[in-house]
Amino acid sequence: MRLEYFQMLDRIVDVDVGERRIRTACTIPKANESPVFEGHFPGYPLMPGVLLIECMAQTTGWLASALVNFDNMPILAGVKEAKIRTAVFPGDELEFEGKVIHEGSGFTVGEVKGRRGGKGVCDAQITYRMLPYPNPQFRQAIRDWADRLQFPFKEPVK
Amino acid sequence: MSTTFDKVAEIIAETCDIPRENIKPESHAINDLEIDSLDFLDIAFAIDKAFGIKLPLEQWTQEVNDGKATTDQYFVLKNLSDRIDELIAAKGA
Repeated sequence: MRLEYFQMLDRIVDVDVGERRIRTACTIPKANESPVFEGHFPGYPLMPGVLLIECMAQTTGWLASALVNFDNMPILAGVKEAKIRTAVFPGDELEFEGKVIHEGSGFTVGEVKGRRGGKGVCDAQITYRMLPYPNPQFRQAIRDWADRLQFPFKEPVK
Repeated sequence: MSTTFDKVAEIIAETCDIPRENIKPESHAINDLEIDSLDFLDIAFAIDKAFGIKLPLEQWTQEVNDGKATTDQYFVLKNLSDRIDELIAAKGA
């Protein structure tokens, strides 16, 4: 996880296109590894809740991409019922589990939960507008990013 | 007993904060009520839940984009209510 580059997830654990489910994982950087914690907060490093929402958005975002075989890109359009249930600190290991509950009509909607040690820390319903990639190079860059996250491309996606 | 249109109008009023009296059977959701596609998605979800159906938004979007249907067929509220009644009937068939 590199917060300042918005690289929120370390690994895509599993993608099940048929069941429209995904699991991802990340470890929050140590306090001295990210300047985010210099400001949030001085002397009391705490993972910003808004970045937990981004973790959730990226989780179901990867699933939304998988469901269209990376032909379109999901752009964040809405966050509903977002709950940050407890404080998350540097060094914490998180897992996210998401599912897509609607697709088509130009939008994809997902539900996602974050857990630490099996216990829920955050959840939300997230809506994406599905847009064409601006150019093939950008699409490839996203595919390369997915590769680095161990995205299971071998699964049949269509 | 309230009609399908009445229920749809209630959902729109609540979801988009539009005064109920401004929502009429001949209103076009996009052109007259200025509901955008993101808000219409919420309305569609609420309609699905209220009527126990699934609006085929993807199919409608495709038909409009392909020129096989006009937006009036799906977004003028009396027509939307007719589409909902058809889906309810099809579910019971």
